[in-house]
Amino acid sequence: MIVDMELEAVLRPTQYPMPPYPPKVITLANGKKMVVRQAEREDVPVILKSVHPCLFIERDYYDIVSARLYGELLAWYRHRVKSEYCLIGQVDGYLVGAVNGRLENEKVGMSYHTLAIDRGLRIGSHLFAAKMEYHLEYLGQEEVLIVAESPIGFRRWMIEYPLEKTNIPHELGGGDSYRLTRDIYNKAKARLVVGDRPVPPDLWEIATRDILFADEDAIHEKIAGLKGR
Amino acid sequence: MRDVAIIGAGMIPFGRRDEDTLMEMLAYASLKALDDAGLGDGTVDAVYLGNMGGGIIQHQTSIASSLVDRLSLLPAAAETVENGPASGGSALKNGLLAVASGYYDVVLVVGGEKMREVTGWRATDFVATMTHPQAEYPYGITLPGMAGMFTRLYMEKYGVTREMLVAVALKNQEMGALNPYAHVEMALSREGIFESPHAVVNNPTVADPLHLYDACPVSDGAAAVVLCPLEMAKKFGKVPVLIAGFGQATDTHTLQERDDPTDLKAVSLAAQQALDRAKLKPADIHVAELHDAFTILEIAESEHVGFFKKGEGGKAAEAGKTRLGGQIPINVSGGLKARGHPVGATGVAQAVEIVFQLRHELPKNRQVKNAETGLTINFGGFGNNVTCFVLRRVQP
Repeated sequence: MIVDMELEAVLRPTQYPMPPYPPKVITLANGKKMVVRQAEREDVPVILKSVHPCLFIERDYYDIVSARLYGELLAWYRHRVKSEYCLIGQVDGYLVGAVNGRLENEKVGMSYHTLAIDRGLRIGSHLFAAKMEYHLEYLGQEEVLIVAESPIGFRRWMIEYPLEKTNIPHELGGGDSYRLTRDIYNKAKARLVVGDRPVPPDLWEIATRDILFADEDAIHEKIAGLKGR
Repeated sequence: MRDVAIIGAGMIPFGRRDEDTLMEMLAYASLKALDDAGLGDGTVDAVYLGNMGGGIIQHQTSIASSLVDRLSLLPAAAETVENGPASGGSALKNGLLAVASGYYDVVLVVGGEKMREVTGWRATDFVATMTHPQAEYPYGITLPGMAGMFTRLYMEKYGVTREMLVAVALKNQEMGALNPYAHVEMALSREGIFESPHAVVNNPTVADPLHLYDACPVSDGAAAVVLCPLEMAKKFGKVPVLIAGFGQATDTHTLQERDDPTDLKAVSLAAQQALDRAKLKPADIHVAELHDAFTILEIAESEHVGFFKKGEGGKAAEAGKTRLGGQIPINVSGGLKARGHPVGATGVAQAVEIVFQLRHELPKNRQVKNAETGLTINFGGFGNNVTCFVLRRVQP
């Protein structure tokens, strides 16, 4: 694709400075180690390969979450969104989940989506917590605005934290935003935000060598298979 | 009274079966059991169906009649049996008595439930309909809440520890990972659910002191068995499994009315009746399926049945005595913990598992070697209605 850099300078939004998210490792219920790290813009095409099969899964609103995440990541890849980031979870190199969001301004974060590709291991909970950790502890923000697009999301975020309801419209549309304040985060942190740093070199090497992704059938089975965990 | 044998057994994988209606699940399990019995187009005299929530969740009643029609078993007698989470065990009892009495020769017993049609909250509320409508339910009690309080009392009285509960959870998930019928075919690690600081998220408290992996999942599923008189059973293809003993007992509706809430009298009485009728002792049982809706219940029931003395069940689980190859293998299927607990199906699914065990049909990693006798406990309410079956392999 031909890119006119002169025009791109007009089309591309300016970015807020964003310090990196320091990677961490989490032991899952099955004993596997999940590395949580920040994706680079160049990683997007590979991540999209894992998101694509989810577009066609109705169960638990995977279709809408995946479709929107796909668009948001593509917008980030094409420099059409301001101050977006993506964190990913990998087990043995395989992508098992992704979360994204952006900075609405320097003080307010806008949570976008949470997609767990492997289920039944609270991967979504871990990655959402990492996203909140990034906004409040590393980007230095005061609050994050959040909406849920599935009942599972509502249970995990709005109830488990619990979040504070506002009448502020969310960028994704839908219902009114809920808000994670620094105070709510600090109260919830001990029971919801975990992970060890630094990531051991062997795990880091595997995670960064390649982002591996399961084949389409395996992804369908994990998310919408008969067991439906 | 005639001796009664199980000549066919079948079930469908438990889990979240969005694509199937309740009736389809019941029909699939029934056809598998009828096929297993080699009945083909043979006559079925009666169908007993265990189901707890059809009227509430699916807004559907008279389910047994509908199933008979669906299976083209007309004009077989049909009856739906509702007895809370012991509905499956009660349906099997009805089938047993019908054949033993001589009224019917061939009876199909089915248990099924479709609970994932509603959210987890509504499923929990549906199960809580078995609590006392004035003394318990209005105050917000749920079955996990009851199990939490029961666990706390059991810990204080008998020294049960979290480590013991974790041992049960790990064992049952390990076995569930080997069972293709299990809802949660996933082994867990001790580090991931208990030792690691990360376990606070992986295995959160749901009803203190119980955690997520102390509880069974909410599942869809169905299971079925075919019964006939023992003397007739020998003409069918499979090794007959004799229903050697049955027991059932009821306890007070509310836990608070019991002299000692940690004493599961109905379990003890039902097991004693079943073992007496089978002329066996607890030590004669080779494999057991206990109603581990919560890990504490496997421990408590293993004591109340008589496999271990009071206060020894937890230690036995921790020492591996209830594992495959141990003193008394318990819940080699994964139990309710991993196989899942579609409430009306559970009592029948337990019988199906024991039939597979006693026919020596399971793969080596799940088969109790040379199993000749098995026992099931199906626990309704919070121990206020319990059925127990003792099954025995009939030598071909």
